[in-house]
Amino acid sequence: MVMLVKSSRALLTLPIFALLGGCNFAVMNPAGDVAVQQRDLIIISVVLMLLIIVPVMIAIVVFALRYRASNTDAPYDPDWHHSTQLEVLIWTAPLLIIIALGAVTWMSTHLLDPFRPLGRLDAQRQIPGNVAPLEVQVVALDWKWMFIYPEQGIATVNELAAPVDRPIRFHLTSSTVMNTFSVPALAGMIYTMAGMETQLNAVSNREGVFQGMSANYSGAGFSRMTFKFHSMNQGAFNQWVAKVKAEGSNLDAGVYEKLEKPSEAHPVSYFSSVQDGLFRQIVNLCATPGKMCMNEMMHIDAQGGAGTESEHNRERLTYDGHRSHEGHEQPGATFPASGRVPFGNEQPEGMKPDELTPGVNQQQTQPDNGQGHEMPGGDQGGTPAPAQLNQHN
Amino acid sequence: MATTHNTAAADEELTFYEAEEHGHEGSTLLGFWLYLMSDCLIFAILFACYAVYGGNYAAGPGPRDLFDLNLVAINTAMLLLSSITFGFAMLSMQKGRLSPTLFWMAITALFGLAFLGIELYEFSHLIHEGATPQRSAFLSAFFVLVGTHGLHVTFGIIWLFTLMVQLGQRGLIPENKLRLMCLSMFWHFLDVIWIGVFSFVYLMSVLR
Amino acid sequence: MFSNPDLQKLIFGRLTLEAIPYHEPILVITFIAVALGGGALLGAVTYFRLWGYLWKEWFTSVDHKKIGIMYVILAIVMLLRGFADALMMRAQQAMAFGEVQGYLPPHHYDQVFTAHGVIMIFFMAMPFVVGVMNYVVPLQIGARDVAFPFLNNFSFWLTVSGAMLVMASLFVGEFARTGWLAYPPLSGAAYSPGVGVDYYLWALNIAGVGTTLSGINLIATIVKMRAPGLSLMKMPVFCWTSLCSNVLIVATFPVLSATLALLTLDRYVGTNFFTNDLGGSPMMYVNLIWIWGHPEVYILILPAFGIFSEVVSTYCGKRLFGYASMVYATVVITILSYLVWLHHFFTMGSGASVNSFFGITTMIISIPTGAKIFNWLFTMYRGRIRFELPMMWTVAFMLTFVIGGMTGVMLAIPPADFVFHNTLFLVAHFHNVIIGGVVFGLLAGVNYWYPKAFGYRLDPFWGKISFWCWVVGFWVAFTPLYVLGFMGTTRRVNHFEDPSLQIWFVIAAIGAVIILGGILSFVVQIVVSYFKREELRDLTGDPWDGRTLEWATSSPPPAYNFAFTPRVHDMDAWYDMKRRGYKRPLEGYRPIHMPKNTGTGVVLSALALICGFAMIWYIWWLAALSFLAILIGGIAHTFNYNRDFYIPADEVLRTEEQRTQILAKQA
Repeated sequence: MVMLVKSSRALLTLPIFALLGGCNFAVMNPAGDVAVQQRDLIIISVVLMLLIIVPVMIAIVVFALRYRASNTDAPYDPDWHHSTQLEVLIWTAPLLIIIALGAVTWMSTHLLDPFRPLGRLDAQRQIPGNVAPLEVQVVALDWKWMFIYPEQGIATVNELAAPVDRPIRFHLTSSTVMNTFSVPALAGMIYTMAGMETQLNAVSNREGVFQGMSANYSGAGFSRMTFKFHSMNQGAFNQWVAKVKAEGSNLDAGVYEKLEKPSEAHPVSYFSSVQDGLFRQIVNLCATPGKMCMNEMMHIDAQGGAGTESEHNRERLTYDGHRSHEGHEQPGATFPASGRVPFGNEQPEGMKPDELTPGVNQQQTQPDNGQGHEMPGGDQGGTPAPAQLNQHN
Repeated sequence: MATTHNTAAADEELTFYEAEEHGHEGSTLLGFWLYLMSDCLIFAILFACYAVYGGNYAAGPGPRDLFDLNLVAINTAMLLLSSITFGFAMLSMQKGRLSPTLFWMAITALFGLAFLGIELYEFSHLIHEGATPQRSAFLSAFFVLVGTHGLHVTFGIIWLFTLMVQLGQRGLIPENKLRLMCLSMFWHFLDVIWIGVFSFVYLMSVLR
Repeated sequence: MFSNPDLQKLIFGRLTLEAIPYHEPILVITFIAVALGGGALLGAVTYFRLWGYLWKEWFTSVDHKKIGIMYVILAIVMLLRGFADALMMRAQQAMAFGEVQGYLPPHHYDQVFTAHGVIMIFFMAMPFVVGVMNYVVPLQIGARDVAFPFLNNFSFWLTVSGAMLVMASLFVGEFARTGWLAYPPLSGAAYSPGVGVDYYLWALNIAGVGTTLSGINLIATIVKMRAPGLSLMKMPVFCWTSLCSNVLIVATFPVLSATLALLTLDRYVGTNFFTNDLGGSPMMYVNLIWIWGHPEVYILILPAFGIFSEVVSTYCGKRLFGYASMVYATVVITILSYLVWLHHFFTMGSGASVNSFFGITTMIISIPTGAKIFNWLFTMYRGRIRFELPMMWTVAFMLTFVIGGMTGVMLAIPPADFVFHNTLFLVAHFHNVIIGGVVFGLLAGVNYWYPKAFGYRLDPFWGKISFWCWVVGFWVAFTPLYVLGFMGTTRRVNHFEDPSLQIWFVIAAIGAVIILGGILSFVVQIVVSYFKREELRDLTGDPWDGRTLEWATSSPPPAYNFAFTPRVHDMDAWYDMKRRGYKRPLEGYRPIHMPKNTGTGVVLSALALICGFAMIWYIWWLAALSFLAILIGGIAHTFNYNRDFYIPADEVLRTEEQRTQILAKQA
């Protein structure tokens, strides 16, 4: 198989690069081992399928030419319409290819599952025993990326950096709508969704600056929801961390609340420290004061709900709703119809980077000191159980 | 094989067309049955939603706080009885007797209206308690599944009355018999769906 | 306008003058063009006193042939609109690099790509496919009409209502800015508060009901109304693929309707199915919509496969190779199309086992599809291939489609999909199969059956220009997108920073212009053929030496299709009849039982259009009123028992004698 890959890689990539030299083929020339394996898989599958597709295409052209009506030399057999051997052949030939591909698919899907911790640095090197993956928490905001480094205690917006040859484990979520985290040179992409956490394991084997973006359309600012991924050696990474610490400010719930407001083409920004547990709160949609955490809601639901006297929970579980009261939408035809303030002052929207809109975001509900704002997954014993639960037990 | 068949048949003066006209019986019933299957799929989606959302109470009321099984049992009885009386109407129709057909249809409509009345009472009671469709995904799924069934029953009753008028005007002519057969399929179909709703939504939710 | 805002809200809902985008120059110019063109058309119809003719002979017609033709006209009109969207996108992406922002801001660009997808799938491909099935299937099975002729008319007008709502969104309000499948929560009330998504929902719901009804209709037709002797395994392959396609319609469009209805409830009532709030789950929507969405692809491609089967067999002068395996392949594809929906979102984070299950089922579909390609290939083997236009389309399809199939299988491998998902590679792939498969098939079908429908062939010169423009344009437009996919370029982006990508977008835009040439030549082909119709006339009813029953009757067929119901003895019934010396019966005609025309379908659909529009703009009184009117109109229609009539035997005799004379002159 390795031989096949190598020879076919040479066969396929050489002419492509000869033709398109100078272009940046992130997929065919990636920097990370995961993406390299995905590239190899693509090549294997193409070669396997070309085994049948090339002969078929040749046969189409040959038959079309040979049996054209003007060529009366060719045999004409109007009643020939069945041949058991041929039929067996035309079903088994694709079947065999699909069996081979299916086996490859089953293995590679498990091996390259984004949730699966990496088994190696690259084809030659194992992961040294003392190296733990670099944890990066990723939040897709409207319309920018926030990266939290819990180990380093820093956070950035629209800039991702990692040392080469150290596995990275991304934990990803979104504050509002669906996005896709995608760094083509590093590894495959994965959705980010509000109230949920996805994971991606990857490693970068080469220094450089690579393009990252959202690959799932998420609204007006989607096109500029890009960032740079800096792959650097350990020393440079340490310097980068020091720079973030020196230049950045503190990221707490209040700053996050401002940051979370929709903005386009957000400049790179640094945070020297991050409030504890912020990411878990974002995943549970309770980073905004006064909201109930998803995991707490699930806990209550698992107990059979909170009874009919629970109307007060409703506002605390309305996460999207508060946005529609704040007025973030495009000017244009929509605005008078919806009767809400448009988002952005300049027309046309999306043409310029926008400031964070201040002033429109007064908090509607008061922060509540009870269960809504606790650390998710934290010590449940310290907080009293919600009153509603007691009715049942 | 085909060639031997051809030579043998060539002698027999094959006809390539039918001299007589043929009707196409049964396409209406097949078509209506296909419609019911498509409707069944809509309910399948709503059941699937209930299966997914059935536990998402959003820190709000759950089935044990809300459902009154006695009421639902009465409701189920109403609908099942209406199916039986519709069966009587169909038997009368097959005997070609118009008045008993109309009588049993009226009884069916009454049971149907009783079912709807009880359902509306249940809904208003729930909403009064704050258990609105907006309260949680569980309640959204519940109201939409049960409500869609109720909407079907409503249309069934409208159809029933329409058909009673048409039977009164024209009697048991073949067209009306066909319509009655379609309505009967529809009515029994709603019964089957309700049995699903009763066991899957009410019984299972209270038991779990 | 009103001093009292409450009164205005009561009467007009959220519809205000500001909803008309007179500040958007592109839309104003479009509107003027549409108004002038539409005004000219309406004026011409009035001037030539055609309204009565159109109403009596076309709009209210229950004749499956006329309804089929109207479906295809609708599809071609919507093709022009959808393609205008495509050109706008290509132009924007070809210029918007670095400092240059292009001419479409996101607010507009996002509507354009959403409208392009929605229109091309729902209002171009679907009506086109349904129209061709409607026209051809009853003829191929020797029937006089479909099983439910009124329903057929109603389905068509519901589709028109949906299309008109989408068109209305261009000039009143806006269209959705969500992508063609409107994933929540983006399409929910919180993130898309305007009328755009509401236009989307009501248009698709109204059209979706129509499509479901037409699916039921065609299944009942094929199952119950086949000519005597035409057993299922003797049916033309096009009937088989139509049957499977309609089974898929009936088995999936209710899923679409239910899913969209739930999203509608989320937006209008405030339920929590697909919100982030209160226990809702957007992932449920993504699953449900693709349970409809994947079979939808096969709804479109299966009839195209059927067209290619008919065309190959006719122009090779040979029976189709491996008929039985063709049928089984179709049925297998039908069933498997339900088991693959998750491959549209491998990257959502399902486990590896789930992903590989759906990946492998997807690959398995390529086995029967591959078998079909081989069947067509071996039908060509030892044939006498006449390269008329439909056959040219077929060969172009085979060469194009295998590449699309290959890239499809690449996307079916989950780890490869992690790289290609939502990139332009994906966009290139599905255009490769939809243009290379569905559109090529439909254009082959139009060229093939046009003489049957109108009595004269289409002009081959302009047809060939159209053909080469389409084929070359397709590859010029979409090869760059494959290449860009390998660079990791994402879809639906309206501005790029990396200037090295620009050349590829420019090439793609050139390709789109070449395709435009193909579309325009197609329109010219139809116009030119009309003026050269005497030269291109088909008097025999069988211009291509056809093999199936539709070629047994005249071109165009009489209202009753066949004076006598045909009796079928073998596969390729008409070829069989010709070979065994079939003599056309000249006497013994009987009165023919036919359905009567009715305007109910037009009226009810117009009411549905008004109801949808009122719902979109929150004009509650109008919505309630029009809904009530639909209900009353529907009930009133059931009081009409007088729905059919007999074509007298004399009239049949007259029509058939005319044909006898024409045929005699030919001979």
